[in-house]
Amino acid sequence: MSTIVTAMESTRDHTASAGYDVQRIRADFPILSRRVNGKPLVYLDNAATTQKPLAVMDAISRYYRQDNANIHRGVHELSVRATEAYEAARTRVQQFLGAARPEEIVFVRGATEGINLVAQSYGRPRLQQGDEVLITTMEHHSNIVPWQMVCEQTGARLRVVPISDAGEIDLDEYAALLGPRTRIVAVTHVSNALGTMNPVWAMIDLAHRQGAVVLVDGAQAVAHVSVDVAKLDCDFYVFSGHKIYGPTGVGVLYGRKELLDAMPPYQGGGDMIRSVSFEKTTYGDVPYKFEAGTPNISGGIGLAAALEYVQRIGLEAIAAWEHDLLAYATAALTAMPQVRIFGTAREKASVLSFVVEGVHPHDVGTILDREGIAVRAGHHCAQPVMQRFGVPATARASFGLYNTREEVDALVAAVRRVIEVFN
Amino acid sequence: MSDDLQDLYQEVILDHNKRPRNRGRLDHATCDAEGYNPLCGDHVHVYLQVEDGRVTDIRFEGSGCAISTASASMMTESVKGKTLEEAKELFRSFHAFVTRDKVETDLGNGLGKLEVFSGVCQYPARVKCATLAWHTVQAALENRTDNVSTE
Repeated sequence: MSTIVTAMESTRDHTASAGYDVQRIRADFPILSRRVNGKPLVYLDNAATTQKPLAVMDAISRYYRQDNANIHRGVHELSVRATEAYEAARTRVQQFLGAARPEEIVFVRGATEGINLVAQSYGRPRLQQGDEVLITTMEHHSNIVPWQMVCEQTGARLRVVPISDAGEIDLDEYAALLGPRTRIVAVTHVSNALGTMNPVWAMIDLAHRQGAVVLVDGAQAVAHVSVDVAKLDCDFYVFSGHKIYGPTGVGVLYGRKELLDAMPPYQGGGDMIRSVSFEKTTYGDVPYKFEAGTPNISGGIGLAAALEYVQRIGLEAIAAWEHDLLAYATAALTAMPQVRIFGTAREKASVLSFVVEGVHPHDVGTILDREGIAVRAGHHCAQPVMQRFGVPATARASFGLYNTREEVDALVAAVRRVIEVFN
Repeated sequence: MSDDLQDLYQEVILDHNKRPRNRGRLDHATCDAEGYNPLCGDHVHVYLQVEDGRVTDIRFEGSGCAISTASASMMTESVKGKTLEEAKELFRSFHAFVTRDKVETDLGNGLGKLEVFSGVCQYPARVKCATLAWHTVQAALENRTDNVSTE
């Protein structure tokens, strides 16, 4: 049984509120006390990006105020301090993901860049005519388009695992699509449009039996469920800092060292070389050969502060709290006959996608905004999911560690208002 | 409903959203164009019949939010019967009206029923919904001009 599923199950038995001081957590997020359109902000767009705690802002500010310098270069004190802080951030990520070594952690701009890096540096040199890349119907565009591009470049074929009406992958259908030509499987850990938590452990195991490597897109997962890449035995795992209370513009690619070692660099430039002459350049070791140019130093430091913040509260406690909110909101919206919920998988995290009968999601979004409630309205960069369910768009509420039942009540009241306005 | 919400979703807009006028294909269209908002997925296809420099018939198909549907519906009503120059002038006035800085600015003169979109300028995220059908009809009319000039 998957360790992740087991972890989720164990949290179910907790009383979500026991020992979870949400008001104290909210006090760490200055933006949550502002008003929007004259109403207290109810921020339910966490799947798009999360708000930042003071700990993150302070870490970034402290770096710029006290230690700012370029890394891996100077002999001077500040460069040494900046380098130490950046490499400490890498070690923090390594520990957060349960990776065996810090060299397996590559800093990138976000999950999107991580996937593109793997598609181009792992996929492009290896894929041949007739090879297959397997993704699922519920992928975000960022886990579709890079694979389409590399398939076009190499003649490989992109295949897609279907999903059920509940928004779940059928493991038998998945296994049937895996074959000797499957080279790469790329799957989201948690669906951004439906909230489905996929059985990635089982999917990785099945893929490995066919000799395929697996990339897991963890953009929507890491803030909601404890991840251990060693236990999952995945080959690549990517996530974005800004979806886990860290800054934008920084993300992580985890890759198994032997795979990263065998991959050519993604971009050329400074900081990724061992020596350069006009005749011959030799590249540095992992992870540096994938980190050309001055990286997002403050971003890495801010991300480490965010991970520390999340770990201090504890992902089990966060998962239990958010699960309670999701169940509470799902029950309330399900009770409204004019509302249809998309994504009713047994294992879900954070996301509640819905439409109000006869009302376009943009109008829902505008009316909610007038009530100070921020949700996403649109196709969620997952148009194949929208096509699968036959809608152009949905409204999506997504919960984070600072949301409350009172905020869910505000959401439900605003949805009632939507129905009033349009009837 | 709060006041500015009422400004945006006026009765006329809700009515045109529920019962769009001139909806459907126009089989004998002399020009047509499709408009698409890739950010939100709104889509509109406008068909026109132009005779002797005048719009004699116009229809639209598509899917979108209440603002874009109502705007397309009311655009067809406003443009029908107009000369090409009048239609283009109406587009310019409407565009200026929904993108103006202040609600108070008196630009609505001459727009008639279209003034129900006065609330849109307070919702920058929704201006594109209100102007999509207008940009599309403009594109359709410009294409026709191009065709004429090449003949």
